[in-house]
Amino acid sequence: MSASTPFGVWLRAPVPASPFQARMQALWKAWRRLRGNPPALAGAILLVLLLAVAIFAPLIATHDILAQDLTARLQKPSATHWLGTDDLGRDIFSRVVYGSRITLYIAFLAALIAAPLGLIIGTTAGYLGGWTDTILMRLVDIFLSFPSLILALAFVAALGPGIENAIIAISLAAWPPIARLARAETLTVRNSDYIAAVRLQGASRMRIIVHHVMPMCIPSVIVRITLNMAAIILTAAGLGFLGLGAQPPSPEWGAMLSTGRQFAMNAWWIAAIPGCAILLTSLAFNLFGDGLRDILDPRHG
Amino acid sequence: MAEAAVPARRSGGVAAPGLPSWSGTALRVVVSIAVTLFGLMALTFFIGRMLPLDPVAAILGDNATQEAIDAMRAQLGLDQPIWVQFARYVGDVVRLDLGTALTTGKPVLADIARVFPATIELATVGIIIGTGLGIPLGVMAAAYRDTPVDYFVRVFGLLGYSTPNFWLGLMGLVLFYATLGWVGGPGRIDTAFQWDIEPVTDLLLLDTAMAGQWEIFRDVFGHIILPASILGFGALAYISRMTRSFMLEQLSQEYVVAARVKGLSWMRTVWVHAFRNVAVQVVTVVALAYAFLLEGAVLTETVFAWPGFGRYLTNALLAGDMNAVVGCTLLIGIIFVALNLLTDLLYRLFDPRTR
Repeated sequence: MSASTPFGVWLRAPVPASPFQARMQALWKAWRRLRGNPPALAGAILLVLLLAVAIFAPLIATHDILAQDLTARLQKPSATHWLGTDDLGRDIFSRVVYGSRITLYIAFLAALIAAPLGLIIGTTAGYLGGWTDTILMRLVDIFLSFPSLILALAFVAALGPGIENAIIAISLAAWPPIARLARAETLTVRNSDYIAAVRLQGASRMRIIVHHVMPMCIPSVIVRITLNMAAIILTAAGLGFLGLGAQPPSPEWGAMLSTGRQFAMNAWWIAAIPGCAILLTSLAFNLFGDGLRDILDPRHG
Repeated sequence: MAEAAVPARRSGGVAAPGLPSWSGTALRVVVSIAVTLFGLMALTFFIGRMLPLDPVAAILGDNATQEAIDAMRAQLGLDQPIWVQFARYVGDVVRLDLGTALTTGKPVLADIARVFPATIELATVGIIIGTGLGIPLGVMAAAYRDTPVDYFVRVFGLLGYSTPNFWLGLMGLVLFYATLGWVGGPGRIDTAFQWDIEPVTDLLLLDTAMAGQWEIFRDVFGHIILPASILGFGALAYISRMTRSFMLEQLSQEYVVAARVKGLSWMRTVWVHAFRNVAVQVVTVVALAYAFLLEGAVLTETVFAWPGFGRYLTNALLAGDMNAVVGCTLLIGIIFVALNLLTDLLYRLFDPRTR
């Protein structure tokens, strides 16, 4: 954006005249920092592409993802089937395209459950202190005693296989690190003057936590959940691979890999392609999350 | 693995700063471990008994009569109030009774003891690979920050965090086993050799080496090297990243400048002076990485048909064998708590700054 256009001047004004302008300026600054961080930019571009693929899947896919054609099974990548066909003659390219919807659905929903849960528990523990803090943090410690995949597996085993249960299981395994982070952030702000000021004005504890403590924790929680998305995607794919996540004929990448496994020795592409898709998505979240940490949180820069 | 990107101090509650007195600390540690273990049991109890899956249906099937169901409920103690059930569960666990696995008909603990050596062997070779490469890579990345060396290590590490290891294992099998024939296939050993081994430790590399059966040793090594490398890759990513950030912190200290001014070579400064100061931190990271290999092993073992803990857990999961699942989960929780305790102890013993 050139500094000579009126819009450029407006974006660079030393003192913003309206809240809207201030927000736009903050966004502009974030964008400039993102541009100065090529790996993060690469991650962001990959994520935007992925979102576009998920949204426009019906337009991009070349074949019906459920249409079986046993005369054309296990075909190598070709002009008609860009990434080949699987054991039932279904087009792998179209299935991978539709699979992005499922992966993003799982990742975002799990993040949408885990982040607020962790945020609420962490800020409450940190702000109230005392027994509440001890009990809640002990709970967090206990959940953290298990590696997240093991915990998710145990929950899925109890709840039964399926995509919704996989999401619940992954969220239950993902909230504790967020809670610990939110508590640490809360402890740094709970004794500040502005909190004392609102308290003197008569704000309730609930109001202070929700309106004055939580907003301060949100940037680091967002960074953490973005980095966690990569782990969430790998866990979801692992559950699908074991047959505990999305069920066939769903084109979930982990489940596709699981079918591909049986034919891997003579048709490697069936397993190779969904795996590449998982790798790219998880890499994109890792790159973007690392960059976001540098941008939003200069302490780790 | 990306979970652990931030050096989370997952202490079992023993991270109290300072040491007022040894006896007081010891007491606090014991109490806190007891509380944590109690919590672990409560969580596994909740997963095993409270969630929807019906244990009676799992045992008797769908066609059982109402009398049979009632009898089984009474036999399992499910007709008792929930707190009685929990107390009984805690009592069983304390007496090292994790129940009977439905899939094998044997006690869960005996099953785990049988399959665990295979996983220990795999994880140990994996951590040797991960540490042997991860530490030098991390140190060199920090020593040559923002140079191609650093970029290479960071990208390599990022790939380690982002790659699904079960997929890597599958592709590795296709390439190195089926196509090139460089490594052994799935399993721990060729069936031809299966009965020639005298099991002493159940760690096949050790057993064959002690018996001088070098031909079998080579076969076992050929089978373990691929899954162990893939597990080690994940560990490498974590270890090199953490080592790099610890080293960057040290290399910005003034004593580094002083050592350079004195005329020490850069490599000597890095390895002898700076690395010594991060050694304890690196050891704790390696310990954590070792524990995380247990998690990675669940999927890797499935791909490689490795008869270890991970595959046992997976089979139990697919069969809905809750006793085995809960037993395995509890055991992993206990291993993690023990490892965290160990790393805390390491800090206290070897790092004078924590005193």
